[in-house]
Amino acid sequence: MRKLAVDVVVIGGGSTGAGVVRDVAMRGYSAVLVDRADLGQGTTGRFHGLMHSGGRYVVSDPLSATECAQENAILSRIQSSAIEMTGGYFVTCPGDDPAFADKFLTGAAATGVPAREIPVAEALRNEPRLNPGILRAIEVGDGSVDGWQLVWGAANSAKVHGAQVLTYHSVTRIDREGNRVSAVHCTDLKSGTDVVIECNFVLNCAGPWAGQIAHMAGADPVDVIPGRGIMIAMNHRLVNRVVNRCIYPADGDILVPVHTVSIIGTTDVKVDDPDNLAIERDEVQQMLDAGEVLIPGFRNARALHAWAGARPLIKDKRVSAADTRHMSRGMAVIDHTERDGLDGMLTIGGGKLTTYRLMAEHIVDAMCDKLGEKRECRTAQENIPGPEPTKNYVVTHRLEEREHDRLDEQIICECELMSRRMFTEALAVQPKGTLDDLRRQLRLGMGPCQGGFCTTRATGIALESDHIDIERANGLLRLFLKNRWIGLWPILYGDQVRQTALDNWIFQGTLDIEHLPQQMSEVAL
Amino acid sequence: MTTEGVEFAGHELARASLDACVKCTICETACPVSAVTPLFSGPKFVGPQAERFRNGESVDHSLDYCSSCGACTLACPQGVQIAELNSQARAVMKADHMPLRDQLITRTTLMGMMMTPVAPIANAALRNLPIRTIVEKVIGIHRDAPMPPAQTQTLQGWLKKRKVPMKAPTRGPVVFFHGCAGGYFEVETSRKSIEVLEYLGYEVIVPKQGCCGLAQQSNGLFDQASAAVLKLCDELRGAGKDLTIISSSGSCTGMLKHEAHEIMGVSDDKLKDVGTRIRDMMEFLLDLHDAGELPTDFARIDMTVPYHAPCQLKSQGMGQPAVEVLKLIPGLTVVESGAACCGIAGTYGLKKEKYEVAQAVGKPLFDMVKRTNPDLALCDTETCRWQIEQSSGVKTEHPIWMVHRAYGLS
Repeated sequence: MRKLAVDVVVIGGGSTGAGVVRDVAMRGYSAVLVDRADLGQGTTGRFHGLMHSGGRYVVSDPLSATECAQENAILSRIQSSAIEMTGGYFVTCPGDDPAFADKFLTGAAATGVPAREIPVAEALRNEPRLNPGILRAIEVGDGSVDGWQLVWGAANSAKVHGAQVLTYHSVTRIDREGNRVSAVHCTDLKSGTDVVIECNFVLNCAGPWAGQIAHMAGADPVDVIPGRGIMIAMNHRLVNRVVNRCIYPADGDILVPVHTVSIIGTTDVKVDDPDNLAIERDEVQQMLDAGEVLIPGFRNARALHAWAGARPLIKDKRVSAADTRHMSRGMAVIDHTERDGLDGMLTIGGGKLTTYRLMAEHIVDAMCDKLGEKRECRTAQENIPGPEPTKNYVVTHRLEEREHDRLDEQIICECELMSRRMFTEALAVQPKGTLDDLRRQLRLGMGPCQGGFCTTRATGIALESDHIDIERANGLLRLFLKNRWIGLWPILYGDQVRQTALDNWIFQGTLDIEHLPQQMSEVAL
Repeated sequence: MTTEGVEFAGHELARASLDACVKCTICETACPVSAVTPLFSGPKFVGPQAERFRNGESVDHSLDYCSSCGACTLACPQGVQIAELNSQARAVMKADHMPLRDQLITRTTLMGMMMTPVAPIANAALRNLPIRTIVEKVIGIHRDAPMPPAQTQTLQGWLKKRKVPMKAPTRGPVVFFHGCAGGYFEVETSRKSIEVLEYLGYEVIVPKQGCCGLAQQSNGLFDQASAAVLKLCDELRGAGKDLTIISSSGSCTGMLKHEAHEIMGVSDDKLKDVGTRIRDMMEFLLDLHDAGELPTDFARIDMTVPYHAPCQLKSQGMGQPAVEVLKLIPGLTVVESGAACCGIAGTYGLKKEKYEVAQAVGKPLFDMVKRTNPDLALCDTETCRWQIEQSSGVKTEHPIWMVHRAYGLS
C-alpha cells in the first residue's frame, strides 16, 4: 500500500485530463493525474487528428465554432510542434446543396471563424486529387494535430509545475467523508500495488468513462453518452490540406492529412460500453464511399488501418438519446453539489480535442469558485514544452532528421522513419512500457507494413535493455501484433492484403510465432 | 520551397504506385549504388518510403546519389515506380539547387557542335591533366571521367559527302534517329547502322534532328527536357507518316519509348506516336529475324566477346536482342556480363563527387570485360561504352559493328 496526499486528483489521462492537471498545477495546487492505461489511449488517440478551424460548426453549433477558432489560434502557438498548419477546404460536392456555402460564410462571419471563398480552379490546382466536379470551395484555417504529442506535452508541462502523472493506475474506489470526497483508491496495474490518494478535490475527466467514475463516488449516473466513430488511415497523403464537405455535419465528411497518412472520418453511433467499440463492415464501406465523393478513386488507394473511438457526448434534451451526431459538441461541467449533494468533485464532458485547454480552464475555474479562491489561468500564455517557441510540425520533419543522421543511425521502423536512438530513448523513459505505449510516441509500426518488419527489430532491441527478459519480450511481440491486427482485418482488401500475407509469412514462416515459448500468462500491459 | 517540376499527372501516377510497396527489400538488393556506398540510402528508402514524407519541399538531398539506372523499378515485383519517384524528387530538389555543371553537361548537342570543328584541340585538352584538374575544380567534372572523343566529321557531314548507295531500295523507307552522341561523337556507329539498313534494302531517311533531352531529364531539368523531346518528335514525324523509326542510341530510344512519359509526365500525342514507332537497332534486326526476313549469310567471326546490356536498354522491357542477333554469327561466342551497371548512368559518373562511386559500381564489369577479351567488348549505349573503355582499357563497340563486319561491309 502506497499513500499520497494532494490537493487535487485528476481522473483520466486523455487530452482533457492532461490539460486539467497542467492547469491545476500551474495555479499552484498539488496534483496527481491517474489513468488506468497510458496517456491518450482512449478517445484522444482514436480520432482523426483534426485541429478544427471552427468551420465544421459555424451553422450547427455557433458557440463551439467560436471556441474552436480561438483555441486553434492559441494551441498552434503554444503547442506548435504537435500541430501542422495544413489549412483546410470546405467543398460543395456534386449533389450537395450549393446554397449551404452561403449559410456557411454567413455563419463564419458571425462566429469569428476565418473563411474565404476561393475559385474552384484554385482549389483543384492546390489539391489535384480533389473531385473535379466540386461546385464551390471555401478556405479555412484547419490544421492537423498529433493527439499523443498534445497530451504528453501537457502532461510533461504539468510535471514541470510539480504534478505527478500515474499511468496504468486504475481507480477502484472513491472515499467520501460525509458529503465530501476524501480519497481516491487505485491499483498500480503494472506492479499490483494499491495506492491511496487523499485529496481535497476530484476532477473527473474520464470522458466516455466519466459516468462509471461518478458512480464510484456515489453520484447518480451522469448523462455522458459514448458516441462511437470509426476512422480509416490511408497509406499516404491524398491531400495536403484538410478537406471537409460543405454540408450540414454528417458521416464521412472529413479527410485529414496527419503525419504521413490521410484519415477519413467518421461515423457516429450511440453505444453502451466505451470499452467495446466494434468496427462494423457497413461503416467501413460507408467511409470508403464517402472518400470516393471527395477523392475519385479513393477505393483504389491503399487503406492501412481502421479504428474506433468514443466521443464523450453530453445528453441533450432537445435531441433523441440515439442521435449522437446532433448532440452538442460543446463542453459541460457537471456540478455534483447541486445534482447529487456531493462536494469536492466536478465532472466534465463533451468538448473536443481542439478545445481541450479551454475545457480545463472552465473546470478549474469552477473548482476555484467552489473552494472560494481566485487563481488566474495562465495556460494560454506558456509554451509547451518549454519557454522557447518551437516550429510547427511539417510532414518532412523526420525525413530531414534522417537525412542528417543517416550515416550513423539504424532505422528500425522504415515506414515511419523511426531510428534506433529514438526507440532506446523512449524505452529508457518507459522501461515497463509495451510496444504500443512506445508506438503512440514514436509511430512505431503505424506505416504501410503495420509492424511486419519493425516489430521483431524493436523486440530485439527491447530485450537488450535490462528490464525485459525473453519471456516478456515474446509477450510484447505477440501483444503488439495482436493489437495491430484489430485495426487491420476490417480493411483487408486491395494492396494491404498483399502486405498482410507477406507479414504473415514472415511471422509464421520464419519466426514460427505460434510456437514461441509459452508463458504462464500473456503480457497484457 | 517549390512544387514546380512535379505538378503533372505522371507524378500522381508514380506516387500512387507507392501503395503497392510491401517493403520486401528486393529493390535494395538490386541497387548497384547502395551496394558500394552508404552515402545513398537505397531505392526503398528514397523511393516509396521517403515519398510519403514529401510535400513539395526538398529536405533529403542525398537522393542525388541515385544514379537513375532504374534497376530498382525493373526488379520490383509489385510494380512500384521507384526510380521514377526518385527522378521526380530530384527535379524538385534541383529547382532550388542547380549546379552550373549540371546545366552544362546536359547540353549535349551544343558540346558536339563546339567540339567538332576543333576536334584535335578538344581531344588534346581532354587528355591534358592540368586542364582536366582545372575543369574538375571549377566545374566539378572528375579529371579521370570518360569524355567522348571529338570527331572531325559529323554524321550529317558524312551523309552530305558520301557516295549515295547505287542499289535501289527493295523494302521501303525507314527513319534513322541518331541522337546527339550518334550525330557528333559516335558517328561511326550511326554510319554502320545506316549501311546495314541499306544493305538489307531499306531507304534510310535521316532528318535534321535535335536532342531528346535525356541528360537534362536525368539531371532534373524537366522543363527544358520536355521542350526538347517534343521538338524532336516534330522532327522525326516530319520525315514521314507511320514510318518505323530506328536508332542505335539505346538510352535516347528509352527516353522516347517511356521515360519522357513516365518520369516527366509528357503525354502529348506526338510522343505517343513516336514512342510506339521507334525501335532499337538490334531489336529491329531481331524482329526481322523472327519474321524470317533477316538474311543470315553472315561471315564467320571466330571470337569470344563480352557483352554488357545497359540499364536503359533493360528498362525497355525487350530482353537482350543484341545477344540473340549476335548468336546468328558463326564462330562468335557472346558472354553476357551479368553485371548490374557500368556506373556511368549518363552523366552521373562524370561528376567529381560521384566518380569514385561510379567506378566501384562498374568494377565487377570492368574485371569481367578484361578477363573475357582484353581487345574488344560490346555494349549498346554511348556513355556506357566510354565508361567501359576508359576504366577497363578495352575497346568497346556497339553490337552493330559486329553485324556490319559479318555482312562483309567492313
